[in-house]
Amino acid sequence: MSSSGGPRVGVVTFPGSLDDRDALRAVETMGGVGVALWHADRDLQGVDAVILPGGFSYGDYLRCGAIARFAPVMEQVARFAERGGPVLGICNGFQILCESGLLHGAMIRNRSLRFICRDVWLRVETSQTPITADLTPGETVQVPIKHGEGQWVATPEQLARVEGDGLVVFRYASEDGVVDDAHNPNGAANAIAGIRNDRGNVIGLMPHPEHAVDPDVGPTGGQPMFASLLASAMAHT
Amino acid sequence: MTERFTFEVLVSLKPGLADPQGKAVESSLPALGWANVSGVRVGRHVRLDVEAATEADARAQVEELASRLLSNPVIEDFRILETEARGS
Repeated sequence: MSSSGGPRVGVVTFPGSLDDRDALRAVETMGGVGVALWHADRDLQGVDAVILPGGFSYGDYLRCGAIARFAPVMEQVARFAERGGPVLGICNGFQILCESGLLHGAMIRNRSLRFICRDVWLRVETSQTPITADLTPGETVQVPIKHGEGQWVATPEQLARVEGDGLVVFRYASEDGVVDDAHNPNGAANAIAGIRNDRGNVIGLMPHPEHAVDPDVGPTGGQPMFASLLASAMAHT
Repeated sequence: MTERFTFEVLVSLKPGLADPQGKAVESSLPALGWANVSGVRVGRHVRLDVEAATEADARAQVEELASRLLSNPVIEDFRILETEARGS
């Protein structure tokens, strides 16, 4: 890993994680230092932010994220989150955060029953998170999705809290920010693509910002998210 | 002295929650001649053996593991189906 002086961002690899390398690479591309963490670790090596990457942890047996939630490293991640450390869960990482109870709701199969892999537009709903500080509410960014079980759902009480307390971070939308059924790829409640916790330091989203930082290979909507994350990781140090 | 108790746990999506899997199964039935079938829901069936002193003790453990791991209370309900004791 590079020896630049940027903030240190840990990326947890679970058995079955797929996007850990891309997440580490995105951190480095944006000027941070990527720190590889392992699911059996009981120590976060003093990182300034943690990413739970996408993939199929533990084969996604039982439910996506259900078993990863009990990995030894998750105790440390929960403690880190309690102290206000920035924690970002992407795709399977989002599912793990929901299963852990660190975020509201749960994920069920896409309403189409199909695995979806394509670029989508997201409308930013709040700048009060470590990954949207550089973005403006109403702005749209393009990033890919690739999931079979990405339909976020919640109990009526949870949904009321998520909406009422401003915990929605991203909604699926058109390029110009229209949120409607046609632009909701998986049927998620209220087209929700990403949420945060009450404090704002724990964020989960189904789309993949780590695949969207290099203009040579696709959209670049992940750049402002990683830039924001690195800045807030620096502040947390 | 412990005994081995066999349990079956049925996990199902909460009523009212969209069940795309059940819907897919349901929509394939008319093609096979069952146009009269509706309300299809797909769940998960888990069978397990528990070593414990009493059935009540075993059942309490199954209740706990079913609510903590086998099901997600946000989207799923579970039911413990039946039990059978086998000396071990």
